[in-house]
Amino acid sequence: MALAKRTTDPALAALELPQGGAWASEARQAARARLAEMGLPGRRDEYWRYTDPTTLISTDPTPAKVGEADDIFAGTNALRLVFVDGVFDADASDGLDESGVEILQLADVTAKDIHWVKEFYGVLEAAGQVPVARPLAALNTATATQGAVIRATGKVSRPVHLIYLRRDETAEAVMHHVVRIEPGADLTLLESGAGAARLSTVMEVDVAEGAAFHHVRLQGRDHERRAATHCFARVAADARFKSFTLTLNGAMTRNETVLTLKGDGGVAHVAGAVVGDGDDFHQDDTVFVTHDAVGCESRQVFKKVLRNGATGVFQGKILVKPGAQKTDGYQISQSLLLDDDSRFLAKPELEIYADDVACSHGSTSGAIDDTALFYLRSRGVPERTATMLLTLAFLAESLAEIDDPALAEELRDRLEGWLARHH
Amino acid sequence: MADIEVKDGVDDETVAAVARLSGKYKYGWNTEIETEFAPLGVNPDIVRLISAKNEEPEWMTEWRLSAFARWEKMTEPTWAMVDYPQIDFQSIYYYARPKSMLVKPKSLDDVDPKLLATYKRLGIPLKEQAILAGVEMPEEERRVAVDAVFDSVSVGTTFREELKKAGVIFCSISEAIREYPELVRKYLGSVVPATDNFYATLNSAVFSDGSFVYVPPGVRCPMELSTYFRINAENTGQFERTLIIADKGSYVSYLEGCTAPKRDTAQLHAAVVEIILEEDAEVKYSTVQNWYPGDEEGKGGIYNFVTKRADCRGDRSKVSWTQVETGSAITWKYPSCILRGDDTQGEFYSIAIANNMQQADTGTKMVHLGKRTKSRIVSKGISAGKAQNTYRGLVSMHPKAKDSRNYTQCDSLLIGDKCGAHTVPYIEVRNNSSRVEHEATTSKVDDDQLFYCRSRGMDEEEAVALVVNGFCREVLQELPMEFAMEAQQLVAISLEGSVG
Repeated sequence: MALAKRTTDPALAALELPQGGAWASEARQAARARLAEMGLPGRRDEYWRYTDPTTLISTDPTPAKVGEADDIFAGTNALRLVFVDGVFDADASDGLDESGVEILQLADVTAKDIHWVKEFYGVLEAAGQVPVARPLAALNTATATQGAVIRATGKVSRPVHLIYLRRDETAEAVMHHVVRIEPGADLTLLESGAGAARLSTVMEVDVAEGAAFHHVRLQGRDHERRAATHCFARVAADARFKSFTLTLNGAMTRNETVLTLKGDGGVAHVAGAVVGDGDDFHQDDTVFVTHDAVGCESRQVFKKVLRNGATGVFQGKILVKPGAQKTDGYQISQSLLLDDDSRFLAKPELEIYADDVACSHGSTSGAIDDTALFYLRSRGVPERTATMLLTLAFLAESLAEIDDPALAEELRDRLEGWLARHH
Repeated sequence: MADIEVKDGVDDETVAAVARLSGKYKYGWNTEIETEFAPLGVNPDIVRLISAKNEEPEWMTEWRLSAFARWEKMTEPTWAMVDYPQIDFQSIYYYARPKSMLVKPKSLDDVDPKLLATYKRLGIPLKEQAILAGVEMPEEERRVAVDAVFDSVSVGTTFREELKKAGVIFCSISEAIREYPELVRKYLGSVVPATDNFYATLNSAVFSDGSFVYVPPGVRCPMELSTYFRINAENTGQFERTLIIADKGSYVSYLEGCTAPKRDTAQLHAAVVEIILEEDAEVKYSTVQNWYPGDEEGKGGIYNFVTKRADCRGDRSKVSWTQVETGSAITWKYPSCILRGDDTQGEFYSIAIANNMQQADTGTKMVHLGKRTKSRIVSKGISAGKAQNTYRGLVSMHPKAKDSRNYTQCDSLLIGDKCGAHTVPYIEVRNNSSRVEHEATTSKVDDDQLFYCRSRGMDEEEAVALVVNGFCREVLQELPMEFAMEAQQLVAISLEGSVG
């Protein structure tokens, strides 16, 4: 259900836009018009019933102490792009010359009057506003001045790593990335770091025919930060899109993923593992997968471990358009509640207009299985360790969505360490 | 469904059964009878008029008027996945009564023969005798007490005296308001408040009749109770209200059926059903909803906007909703369970079939408030033609509902490539000792059962069909025998090849 159409909001319509070249000004104005039409999100909006957007839309971000930076990908050989409080830091970053990939700064690109990125910037976001409005993404498109523009033209030998560092307790970061994977090309993109007291990111990803895009993201342990992230992806024929996010803390995280399978035989997987601790932890995964071609496969795999009053939200949808026959859609959302105060709120939806499809979804919630715990205890495993092992086992299905075995192993170790410290 | 192509894997028998069930509407004829209408539209005067026709006490009139005042400030809900033209609430008759009912008949013998003939033709003879041909059961158990509602009034209620001997009160709600005001006043609106939602509030203002049941403590109702709703008059809305009170340790099984003539214009039916269960009480509520679904182009049909809710107030009480939804142009219906007492149980078994241009948005709410409460949801949605069928449900585990359990399964079957099947479950878990499971897939057919069938020489497909069919029958078995005729046809439905 779409957000109710509101009358144009005059304050939003008058929103001041950054200076830029011809194409960027046009794109920003269009985004501002979309935003004014939609209005900002509120609790009465269907897809905000479980997450209060107040702290994401307040004029100034709530100050947040700078937490521990946790660079989980430190051991990975990657091309590093560093943003500090949402601003690109060239000195801290690697040189951007890399074979098979063109990397530009959004600030440079938007200054030009003509640029190829025009075909993507705000375009995938605008397409993703129907049928569910995502006003925070439009706001991002209208106001972002920072971000990376990445075009992969071949198999890129090492991952590109976007690192979001924090210094200021009150900084707000608005970053907008555009990623284009040319036909047959292959890119792995890593993201890590808290980014700012309040972070807004939009990533538009266009995966062309036969291309592959892998995305692994860590939303680290910075406890007080808030974030609203959006990923809009278009997947062409025989292309692959895979995204995995590990969320370890944060006062507020809203991750929206909007995927459209546009060409026959495309594959799109979105996965997430969440470990939330404390009643000031709120994490929300909102996923919308549209099958608009024949013989595509989609997976949504989300696992949340919650304790000490933490809240986990999952809103996932598979939409199979008329004619999208031979669709294989799967969605699973599960929570493990380690104590009695935590909450799991889920809305796993299917909307199907084609008959020759296999779509299924499942959702469960509950405590650690007593029988399994007893079994491990009876084999001499201490309760702490047993709980940790069962928790890791619970998260395993989502971690399996990471293609790179070394990365998966690294993340698993980190998780184990985190769980050991927190039990 | 001639122009619709059906994919491989969908059982022919299923396609035929769905066509049979919703293809030809058997109850589309109308009864030529002189009818008295209230003036067109709705306003406080109409509310007062309905109240006066039912000779209601002042408090009831006031209750209605305050509901009406509230309704005027409300807007129609738009969140359901149904699409229909704006309803003009002022172009509907809110009260229609056969002229022969002007003087309330003293007994069934005095009822207008035309009305009796109508029910006879519908297969519901208003005689105190065995009902429904084709049901083989011992004489003693075949009896069903019927309250027959025709447009806005109750025509008669059978077996009243015998039920009275057991202490069971079964009568029309209009009579109950006059004769048992203290019971009605205590319970009416206590489960579905007059302010609940747009249609329930409208119903609270203008409901004209319906059924009332009270089963006293420790009494097992000696026979099944049922209400049969018939809309006959054109351009008329039916707003009935059912109130069932199951006192401590009592049991009652209640059946509901409904039909309407074929008309070119859509008609509104907005009902409210409230069930109150005290300690250890058990209520089984079964519906075969067969309102006129409209024609193949979607012309006419009933808009069925219904609020049904059971409140398990007493510990260890149990309520079970079973519904077979085959009719109505639009269905908007969510029979719900408030599991307030400890160890209470709620069940919802549903088969919803939408064909041609029908649109169904139906499901349930299981609100777990008490400790060790259990709920089970089994929903089968079948879409054919150009129909849209949505399961919408809520399972909510409150912090205090420790050690509770929910199991939900909803499967959808699409017959043809022009229809839609949708699932919109809301799952809210606020404690960790409760387990909630939602699954929607037929691939999870029990492996052991499959293995057993395979080891007896069946091929995979046959084995799956058998197991899934068996599962569907399990749902159908929840229906009382009185619905056996409809159920027999439904048994042919296989959910093989379904998605969920």
